[in-house]
Parts: sequence; structure tokens; C-alpha cells
Amino acid sequence: MSAGVGVELDDVWVRFGDFVAVREANVNIKGGEFFSFLGPSGCGKTTILRAISGFLEPSEGTVSIGGANMAGIGPNKRPTALIFQNLALFPLMTVWENISFSMEVKGAGKKERRHRADELLELIALADQGEKMVHELSGGQRQRVAIARALCAQPDVLLLDEPLSALDLKLRQHMRTELRAIQQQVGITFIYITHDQGEALTMSDNVAVMRDGVIEQVADGQAIYDDPATPFVASFVGENNVLSGKVTALSKNVATVDTNLGKLRARVATAVQGGLNTGDRAMLFVRPEAVGIVETGSRGGNKISATVVTEEFEGSNYHVFMETAAGEPLKMSLVNKGQSRASATGTKLTVTFDADRAVALPVGALASE
Amino acid sequence: MNPVTVLRKFFDRHGLFVGGYLLAAVTFWMLMMIILPQLTMLDFSFRDNLPPSKVGGPEDVYTMANYTFLVFGSPGNPEPFNVVDLSVFGRTILAAVFVTVFDFMICYPIAYFLAQVARGGVARLVVLSLVVPFWVNELLRAFAFKILFGASGVINTFIVTIGLVDQPVDFIKADIALYAGLGYAYILLMIFPIYNAIESLDKNQIEAARDLGSPWWRIHWRIVMPFAKPGITSGCTMVFMLSAGALAAPQILGGPSSLWFTQLIYQWFNTGGNWPRGSAYAIVLLASCIIFVLLMMRLFKVKLGEIGR
Ligand SMILES: Nc1ncnc2c1ncn2[C@@H]1O[C@H](COP(=O)(O)OP(=O)(O)O)[C@@H](O)[C@H]1O
Ligand SMILES: [Mg+2]
Repeated sequence: MSAGVGVELDDVWVRFGDFVAVREANVNIKGGEFFSFLGPSGCGKTTILRAISGFLEPSEGTVSIGGANMAGIGPNKRPTALIFQNLALFPLMTVWENISFSMEVKGAGKKERRHRADELLELIALADQGEKMVHELSGGQRQRVAIARALCAQPDVLLLDEPLSALDLKLRQHMRTELRAIQQQVGITFIYITHDQGEALTMSDNVAVMRDGVIEQVADGQAIYDDPATPFVASFVGENNVLSGKVTALSKNVATVDTNLGKLRARVATAVQGGLNTGDRAMLFVRPEAVGIVETGSRGGNKISATVVTEEFEGSNYHVFMETAAGEPLKMSLVNKGQSRASATGTKLTVTFDADRAVALPVGALASE
Repeated sequence: MNPVTVLRKFFDRHGLFVGGYLLAAVTFWMLMMIILPQLTMLDFSFRDNLPPSKVGGPEDVYTMANYTFLVFGSPGNPEPFNVVDLSVFGRTILAAVFVTVFDFMICYPIAYFLAQVARGGVARLVVLSLVVPFWVNELLRAFAFKILFGASGVINTFIVTIGLVDQPVDFIKADIALYAGLGYAYILLMIFPIYNAIESLDKNQIEAARDLGSPWWRIHWRIVMPFAKPGITSGCTMVFMLSAGALAAPQILGGPSSLWFTQLIYQWFNTGGNWPRGSAYAIVLLASCIIFVLLMMRLFKVKLGEIGR
């Protein structure tokens, strides 16, 4: 077994009256891992976190931490510490009192508490700020105080509820790196909640993608991105072009899908291999960066004719927004290698993508923008 | 900022008419309702009780006689102090403190429940059942308490019937009826300021403390109460001031031997016919209450400005 304490959700349901907030959640989070729940707002992420921290009991199923069933154990008795979405620092206490509150609860003396608080302040690079009040700190500093306060309780599992959502972009990106570094330093299990796929992918060892209370896929970031299990995951994580049609042939896990742009070939997603059959309606997902312009003289492969609508230049990349013959939007992202960009509005292009870099899935709900 | 710019800003903000009205109304209120009457009382308290013919005459001079009377009694008093009046005074302040503490202990949980636990319907029902009894006249309520706590009242009948006691308890003589009546009279003034303060407390603060391992009493002690301190101070101040200054409840519910300081004041003004002495007693009560409250605020580190929040 790996070091650290794992968390297991076994067939967990949470209902509020008739409303099902979490449906049949089965997750096995390994000890010492950085695990994220990713999903749009309202999909039940906070609810799952509250079930793990003990603020609510699942309607069905069990939550185990370190192999022990947590049923009936209150949040103050669980080896978890929660960092709230709004941090919930205590405004009437100084920074060091905030940090060492969990020790005060256990009856530790002032000297001991102060000492430990100073150590943690060192860890979060806020040494000498212990006497300040919370409102005297900046957003990023408060963020770190909240982390220190949670770490001071010496939890086996740290739970973080969208802790970076209130920060501006620069700080958010900086804090991502910092959080990951802290996690590797303390070596405990982090369970992180976010609606920001960038955060989930950059920080996590594994990600669970949720929709409407259902966990649709649990995998590492690359698998989530490259091998999505459902149309929702494919469209929620990163950008994807969607083309739908009927499967006309299957060979070696490559499906030929008859779309209104003609026959296109794509790899069948690992999660549905054996489940997608000839004759089924399917959705084909192609990332914008997997699309390219057909070189003159190339043969075979998927070919689509499209007309340029507009183009966006982003520095390292440029994005070409097109319309297919069927009137559907299609996006292509090209790396800026200094090539000429002869794609003014109205230009007709023939674009292509490798079957290997496109994914075929049975028809399902997409993430709404 | 100097006063002129403050005034100009005030008028810019509210317009001439509304601004003028607010200014006039507040000035009138402060001057006519609060400052002038109290100043008159203060002036009165330093004079002798003269018959109308001598008012303004050569004998009408300022004197400390009324205050010395409260402390030392009449010149012929064999005791070194005016034991009767001073002990009534002391008992009144103590009883008011007791009523305040008692009210706080009852009202804090209710306020907390209303502000953080109860949802829509339940909360409204609780508020309604707290408010509606106050539609009944104060005197009627006092008499109702007298009946409730009387020798053959509901409470005595009940505890005698179930065999808790053999003889009816004299709640009136033990001043229990009085404390209950006073305590009940001011619960709303205690609940609402505390409720107001606790309501704005972020629930996550409570949960965060719990998550960090805190038992419920420490959550109240370290998180909720410090946060609600302005409301608690405001409630306690009002209840203390009003209990110390209550007249109807002590008159009706007080035991035969117990006297409230306000009843002494009342006697001087009415049966005693000595307004200056009554004024002196009233001023002493008012000043003592204010000093006591300020001391308490000092002790609990509350600033005066916080109460208004
Ligand atoms: N205490 C509650 N009572 C009723 N419904 C709730 C409660 N808590 C959450 N919900 C509902 O459950 C759903 C999921 O909420 P939440 O877990 O907070 O979503 P997320 O954190 O993913 O944004 C939402 O539709 C929300 O309205
Ligand atoms: Mg949430």
C-alpha cells in the first residue's frame, strides 16, 4: 500500500428531498494522491466534499477514510480538514490564532501554538505576519493562511472547495504551482474541487469528471483529455469539434462514421470499446489542434471542406473558425511557426485529421456552454 | 472634515427640504425630549423643597441636601448611612444585573436558533409567538404573572398536585414572580439585537471551527459570541437600563417587603411631594446605570460606536 490515507466512496447517494444531488458515486482515492472533482457549477461537487468531511451523511452508501467506515462520525472527529470556498477564516482572530485554532481546541498552550503557527507561516512564506488580522492580508495571502490553518490540524486528507476561484488569473496560476508543491511536501491526500478544467488537469494525479450528480469518468488528466468516456467529458474538458452520424463499419477499434460531411474515421473511446456497434448513432470528437490543412498531394485520411469565417491570433497559436458544407462550425488551431496565414474570410479550405486523434462515442448529452 | 463641509455634504445628499426636516426633527428630539427635561431634573435636584411662595426668594439656593440625604439620611439619623434607601438602591442594581444575565442566558440560544438554525416557516412561527404576547398591555401582563405565580395559581396548583411540594410556594415573597415578570418583559429587546448580529455570521465560520475539531461550546465562545458582541452589549444594556428603571412590574409583582428604587423615586414625587429629592434620586439612578454600563463595556472591550451597528 502507498503511504498516506486513502478515501473510498462506495455507492454513495445524496438526496435532498426528491432531488438527487449525488448519484451512485464510486471512487477510490489513493493515499497521498492529488485528486480532483471537476464539473460545472451545481453538479454536486461540494455535496461530495461535505459527505467526505462529515457535514452531511450520504443517503445511501459508505464513505471510508483509511479503510474505516465514517458513518456517524462528525466532522470534528474525522481525519480531514476542509478549506472552504470562501475560506471562512476567523475575522476576529489574528493570523497566528487562526492557524493554530485546531491546537487551541486540543488544549495546547499558547507558546506551543505560537511556535507551530510560526513554523507554518514559514511554510506558506508569510513569516512575521502572524500578528496581523485577516482583513489586513491580500487575497493570495489569505488563501495561504487558510491552507496553513487546515494543515495545522494535521489532517490525513485535505479537502479543498474551489479555493482559488476568488483570485485573479495570475495569482491563480501561481497558487496552482504552490498548492501542488505544498502537497508534495506534506505528502498527504488532497481532494480538490473545481469547475476549472485547467486547474484540474495541471495539478491532479487523477480527476473525476461530474455531471448532474453523476461521476462520468475517473482517470488521469491525459486520459480525460485524450480518451474521454462520454460526450459530456469530451465537450466539457477542453475544446472539441463535434460531428455526429451513424457507425457504418468497425475494425480494430476504429469506427467509420457516416456524417453529413461524408464518411469519417475515428478511434473508438476505450471506455466504450465493445459497446459501440455498427448501426449505432455516434458522435465524433476532434480537438482543434488535431485538425490540419491538407497538404497538396496527400492522400487518404479524413477530409472535410470548409469555409473560413474568421481567424484569431493568439501569439503561440492561431485559431481558424470555419463553417462546414453542412453549415456546422469547425475550429482549427495551428501552432505559429511563422508560416503565412492565407486564410481570409471566405477562403475555401480542405482540412484533415488523423483517425487516431479523433474519438468516437455513442450519442449523449454535451456540456452546455 | 470641518463641520461646515459635513453640513454641506449632508444637504447635497438629502436636498434642502428633507435635509432641513431631518436636522430640525433630530435637534428638536434631542433638545426638547432629552436634554431639556434632564437638565431641568438636574437643576431641581440641587434645590430645597420650598413652598411656591418662596421659589425665587432668598432661600432658593443650590444645595447638596438631597444627595446627602440619600447617602446619610436625615440629620437625626442614628446610623452612619441611609441604610434603607442605599440598600434598596444596591438591591435594585443587583436585581437588574441578575435579570439581564438571566435574560441573556435564555435569549442567546433563541437568537442563535432563529439566526442560524431555523428555516423560513419555523423561524416566522417562533418570532410570531415571541411578539404576539407583547400586544397585551404591560399592566395586564404583570397581573397575569401575579395570578400565574399566586398561592392558588397555575404553577402552585401543578407542583402541589404532582407532589413536588406539600405547601404552595410563595413566589411573590421570594421575588421569583418579579424576576420572571421583568425578565419576560424585555426578552425581545435582548433577542433581536443578538439575532441581528448572529444572522450576519457566515455559516462557514461555524463549520470551519467544527471541522477543526471544536466542540460546540467553544464554537460559541470563540466564534459566535465575539462576533455577536455588539448585539449582546446592545441587548444587555437595554435590558439592564429598563429593568433598573422599571416601575409597574415591581409595583405589582414585588413582594410586600421588597422595594425597587424607582418606587422610592415615585414616592418622593407623589406621596412625599418632594420633587427635588425625587429628582436627585432619579439622577443618581440614571448616572449609576450609565457608569455601570460603561464599566461593563470597558471590561468586555466593546466600543460605544459598535452598538449602533
Ligand atoms: N442543503 C441542500 N438542500 C437542497 N439542495 C441542495 C443543498 N445543498 C446543495 N443542494 C443542491 O445540490 C446541487 C449540487 O450542489 P453543490 O454540491 O453545491 O454543487 P457544486 O459544488 O458542484 O456547485 C445543487 O443543485 C444544489 O442546489
Ligand atoms: Mg460548490
